[in-house]
Amino acid sequence: MSDLALRTEGLTRDFGSMRAVDGLSLEVPAGTIFGFLGPNGAGKTTTIRMLLGLLEPTAGRAEVLGFDVARQADEVRARAGALLEHTGLYAHLTAEENLEFYGRAARMPLKDRRERIRELLTQMGLYERRDELVHTWSRGMRQRLALARALLHRPSLALLDEPTAGLDVMASVEVHNDLTSLVASESVTVFLTTHNMAEAEKLCSQVAVIRHGQLLAVGRPDELQATADNRTVQVAGGPFGSDVLARLRARDDVLAADEGEGELRLQLRHGASTAPLVRVLVECGVAVEEVRRGHASLEDVFVALMGEETSDA
Amino acid sequence: MLEDLATVMWKERREAAGRNPTRRDKIIAWVFPVLCLGFLALIPPLMVGAGWVRSPAAASLSVFVPLMVIGMTIADSFAGERERHTLDTLLASRLPDRAILFGKMGAPVIQAMGITVVLHVVSLAAVNTVHWQGALVLYSFEMAAMLLALALLLGLFAASLGVLVSLRAPTVQQATQTMMVALLAPVMLLSFIGLSIAHVVPDRWRLAFKGFIETRVAGAGFDQVMLVILVVLLVVDLGLILAATLRFQRSRLYES
Repeated sequence: MSDLALRTEGLTRDFGSMRAVDGLSLEVPAGTIFGFLGPNGAGKTTTIRMLLGLLEPTAGRAEVLGFDVARQADEVRARAGALLEHTGLYAHLTAEENLEFYGRAARMPLKDRRERIRELLTQMGLYERRDELVHTWSRGMRQRLALARALLHRPSLALLDEPTAGLDVMASVEVHNDLTSLVASESVTVFLTTHNMAEAEKLCSQVAVIRHGQLLAVGRPDELQATADNRTVQVAGGPFGSDVLARLRARDDVLAADEGEGELRLQLRHGASTAPLVRVLVECGVAVEEVRRGHASLEDVFVALMGEETSDA
Repeated sequence: MLEDLATVMWKERREAAGRNPTRRDKIIAWVFPVLCLGFLALIPPLMVGAGWVRSPAAASLSVFVPLMVIGMTIADSFAGERERHTLDTLLASRLPDRAILFGKMGAPVIQAMGITVVLHVVSLAAVNTVHWQGALVLYSFEMAAMLLALALLLGLFAASLGVLVSLRAPTVQQATQTMMVALLAPVMLLSFIGLSIAHVVPDRWRLAFKGFIETRVAGAGFDQVMLVILVVLLVVDLGLILAATLRFQRSRLYES
């Protein structure tokens, strides 16, 4: 098998006159947790539906686990696990019955199915409550059961659509722990959509950011963060008078210059260097004590990308 | 395919049972249908007597039971999955389109067939108990086969129609309403035609219709009339099942 679990080329989907996904080209290496980030309505769920063969692409193509989703969707669905927008659990079945149904649907042999259900429920601490109807469970428990269902038939790829949406902090942490331990033990590739940047930063080895169906950036979280880090500079020292700020703001390589809490904060344009700015500060009589690159979180990167996209539009 | 079909039917049956988890819920859910159907299986046979086993009235069980049992549940099949947000996950599974579709149709049809058989047995027991003729009176083989075929074809009619309605309806409530209208419409249409014949149409036409019924329909005998009905039902069922098969395609469900 290829070392790519998933590949899309110019994947596009229109709903009438609205373009939900616009020429998306992605490569997801096998065995990784890949974060697919974007605000609401960015096209994340539509992309997942196309990857599962539930929606036909208007243009472009996608290959999942080596199968073309337009022509071999049955093969894809047999090998992929999915946790979609909602848990998809049957509220009037017990936890065990929910897994039993999807185990049968995946044609798992009886013995293997029973053992796997026991293994997953035990690992998630849900085994003692397996005979309870799912509608009596908390949202966090249901989400974890849905995660177990997605991984029940040992899929090579798990497509998880916002698996922690609407969960409280503790429930989210439990889902994260379940996910990381299962991925580590079963070497499954995870394609995870989220708009929770902390979650993506914590779990994902690679991320892609989309907006209005278009890919804005892709790479390792630290690579994307490094790009943003280069643009934020904090200078300790002083004094930072209004003339100093005006002179900095007039420069082409400075996007913003502000003083606060005894520090000067500069937002630089992409590719701008720090040294000329320090020279300007010294020329203005500022006593420069320390110059630091700001540490950008993935959320900073995301906000910056959304901002750039808006200003470019 | 059969294994997948059985899987979907297993889920449908378990889910229906899970909706009434307590004994009290079960009693409330079953008491009304059981009373209605018990009435249907006891009163007419006792009124007709030993001739029940040859009477066209026996067909009433094979008509009303499948329509009632399936009509009560089938609207939920897809509209319910959509409303409870379980349809996406079901469609994302390995199950083929046809296994999902026919599994959802098959579960209530099998249930209705089972209830129909039980009620026919009850009706025969009632007739033999109250109108004992010195020996057991039973349906002839041909009569039993026709009654079962009628129940099966009407069950498939209600199930395929219900699935089509449920696939298009955004909510279970809307699907149920549409299903009720679809099942009642033929009855209302027949009543309207009957009333029209009795009171509106000219005497000349009414006498011609009466003559047709007496010579062609009554003269033909129950078996032949039933055979024609079964053939018509078979053709209608095949059309509805084909329409449901064409309608139920994963990608099409997201287009609307």
